[in-house]
Amino acid sequence: MAVGGSFDTFPKLLARNAAQFGSRPAFRHKDLGIWQTWTWAQVAEIVRAYAAGLHRLGLRPGDTIAIVGSNRPKLYWTLMAAQVLRAIPVPVYSDAVADELAYVLAHADVKFVAAQDQEQVDKVLSVSGRVPHLRRVVYDEPRGLDGYDHSRLIAIRDIIEDGRAALAADATLGRKIDEIIQQGEGSDISIILYTSGTTGASKGVMLSARGCIDAATDTVRFDRLTDKDVALAYLPLAWVGDHYLNYTQGLVAGFCMACPESGETIEQDRREIGPTFYFAPPRGFEAMLTRVMIRMEDAAAIKRRMLNYFLGIARRYGESILTGRPVPLSGRLLYALGRLMVYEPLKNVLGLSRVRVAYTAGEAIGPDLFAFYRSIGLNLKQLYGQTEAFLYVTCQPDSEIYLDTVGPAAPNVDIRIAETGEVQFRSPGMFVGYFKDQAKTAEALTSDGYVKTGDAGFFDEKTGHLKIIDRAKDVGRLADGTMFAPKYLENKLKFFPNIKEAVTFGDSRDFVCAFLNIDPVAVANWAERNNIAYGSYQELAAHPLVYNMVAKDVAEVNRSLAEGKVLAGAQIRRFLILHKELDADDGELTRTQKVRRGFVAERYAPLVTALYDGSNEADISTEVTFEGGRKGVFAARVKIRDVKTIGVTQPLEKAA
Amino acid sequence: MRMPDTSEILLQAEGVSLAFGGVKALRDVSFDIKKGEIRAIIGPNGAGKTSMLNVINGFYHPNHGAITFKGRTRAQMQPFEASRGGIARTFQNVALFKGMSALDNIMAGRTLKMRRGLLWQMLHYGPALAEEIENRHRVEEIIDFLEIEAIRKVPVARLAYGLQKRVELGRALAMEPDLLLLDEPMAGMNLEEKEDMSRFIIDVNNHYGTTIALIEHDMAVVMDLSHRVVVLDHGVKIADGSPDEVKKNQGVIGAYLGVAH
Repeated sequence: MAVGGSFDTFPKLLARNAAQFGSRPAFRHKDLGIWQTWTWAQVAEIVRAYAAGLHRLGLRPGDTIAIVGSNRPKLYWTLMAAQVLRAIPVPVYSDAVADELAYVLAHADVKFVAAQDQEQVDKVLSVSGRVPHLRRVVYDEPRGLDGYDHSRLIAIRDIIEDGRAALAADATLGRKIDEIIQQGEGSDISIILYTSGTTGASKGVMLSARGCIDAATDTVRFDRLTDKDVALAYLPLAWVGDHYLNYTQGLVAGFCMACPESGETIEQDRREIGPTFYFAPPRGFEAMLTRVMIRMEDAAAIKRRMLNYFLGIARRYGESILTGRPVPLSGRLLYALGRLMVYEPLKNVLGLSRVRVAYTAGEAIGPDLFAFYRSIGLNLKQLYGQTEAFLYVTCQPDSEIYLDTVGPAAPNVDIRIAETGEVQFRSPGMFVGYFKDQAKTAEALTSDGYVKTGDAGFFDEKTGHLKIIDRAKDVGRLADGTMFAPKYLENKLKFFPNIKEAVTFGDSRDFVCAFLNIDPVAVANWAERNNIAYGSYQELAAHPLVYNMVAKDVAEVNRSLAEGKVLAGAQIRRFLILHKELDADDGELTRTQKVRRGFVAERYAPLVTALYDGSNEADISTEVTFEGGRKGVFAARVKIRDVKTIGVTQPLEKAA
Repeated sequence: MRMPDTSEILLQAEGVSLAFGGVKALRDVSFDIKKGEIRAIIGPNGAGKTSMLNVINGFYHPNHGAITFKGRTRAQMQPFEASRGGIARTFQNVALFKGMSALDNIMAGRTLKMRRGLLWQMLHYGPALAEEIENRHRVEEIIDFLEIEAIRKVPVARLAYGLQKRVELGRALAMEPDLLLLDEPMAGMNLEEKEDMSRFIIDVNNHYGTTIALIEHDMAVVMDLSHRVVVLDHGVKIADGSPDEVKKNQGVIGAYLGVAH
């Protein structure tokens, strides 16, 4: 088994992999309909040539190079080549709009940008005036770029060719590259990851090579990943998850990163590749399940009955079988039959047949959803982490899975709960600091060197695992002092298939209200089955029957809240369904699809007012950004619905 | 936009007239299409635009006049001769094989490039297999070009209209035509689909250097896309020139808006 061990920089790891697993696949990418493969030996050669080419173009130790695009081998090689030269790669979200891109490029002082294609090159060129140090833009796909001014543009392929030729012609260049690699130290900044910023402008999280490799070495051991594993590299390059789970773990364990053909083909590619290690945010797993269930509704009655029967068996025995607890023989036999008839074919359709370890994180996962995947035999686990930790803070071991906890501390991670209830940690991969921002760095650390997560949580007494409630600063109180944990409520709402997004209000108010987004796929399907005609999302969202259906879900949430003590007073009294989907392009969600509650409240202020002044409807007009950057105004009248609350004395009802 | 490099004339229509019984669809229409340009044919409904395309690709035979294509003049030609000669087209109403996948539809566009007979193809072995692999490679390049990887294996009947149009363009491109005729490529599309299609048309022209003649109703699209525009009204050519010239032409404004006589 290969782990990081004494290797403290990425280029050294790459050289080890080329020597140790030279003929094993390092990258795959589907191109022109066929999976192309590069072995570790080939990748090491290409990266060396690429680095030589970049060196000739003037990339020096300490320089920054931005990477804008989706998961393509050449962009991963850009990361590697930059690290060979001790330059610092700065991946940027490929769907970032021009302003976000300009901010990051300028803040990171980038000298080079590696862009995937014409679209990204256009975006970079459009903001190049705001990026003073920018010298070159290199690109992967040449299509459409023929007519461009090539004084600053150059194809990655040409740089690699140039580097290869130069290495062959001039031995001193090769020695120079080796020298730079040897000078590399574990304390070098190996990457800067800009956080998507749930609050305010994004910050550049600097991570050290040694920290990255040590952290990944621990988790590679923890999950027993080897060079035989395969991961589907489809997560955004700029997100810590991709850099950790795919890139760093890939290099440490020597496993293969398979890059999908395009963003839209991920499902087919997953089926074809059959990854053994898989990560998806809860909404990814949810979308997968929703699609299967929708298709099953159209299946023959006998198939539906078979599915339902065996899913019932799975619910009863699946979790126990997966974690190795005792199960009666009859249960084992039925489950084995279920595997043959349903579970394995289902996993095959989803491309999950070979998955040994799957993780989810980022948001709370719905209990039914989590239980479903585990019951059919997928080893799905939760982890809790953040960019500043280089991902892992806690993760669930194979045999100790609890839905409502995120597991014990990851290997070598030291966690404590501050008096305020905030979770704080120290870890091998913890960040070095925010780039060019001493003040924010100091703010994020305690005086004794722990990182403040900003999350409120506690250790569960029974299991010793960490439980996260909400963002520490978001936990509020109603006017009468009842505790109000918005995210907790929102997650409960979002567990209903019809509700895609929820935003709750209540801090310093008399009662709790909610904005909801319906799930267009689920609700459209429901509308089709019930012969409900509609012309647009807006019309569907405003439909009285949709309101009725969603009101039932909200009442269900209230019922479950009434069962607990602490949050029983925080039941939802009024709600409305927004006329448009919350969208990252409009700033309502972060790029990682988390709701920006404050911004939403401000943008839809008239609706919030209407929720609390007793109106039955309200008008709203908002500016929206279309794909391609044009803006328009979107006006609507939104209805408001009251919901019954259960079992608690309400200040308003007391008077009645 | 880049102008075509040559002034070489690819196709010349001279004095073309076409009548269906008493209806005169085209009356003495002459114009040319230069190699490498995007040429738009516009006009109000019933102006004879589609008739003109049908004459160009040999589906209709003109009563008078002649078409010169790649230096060869002919009065009569069959559609299959036109496609062998290097003219491909898409249709106003999508004309794909609905039950076949996007991939198979585009492969169908390669039929003329395949040399092996039915028997060989059925054997699917040796030279026939090599030929299919070669042709599949070309088709994959087109799929990549048009960004339709995700729908490769989907039967076209299940695709959204805008995507069907794109598949149809793909099939026409698979023929590697010298002249591509597009009959209302953006009809019935929403704004985003139109923008996509415009980008693909420009890319086809730039990347493959294909000469394109297109009929389109959306004036904004026509003015943005085309190098030169010919305007028909009631079967008669009333203007011919750059988009700017045509826009200012009084006759064109009259034909579109109507004038007091």
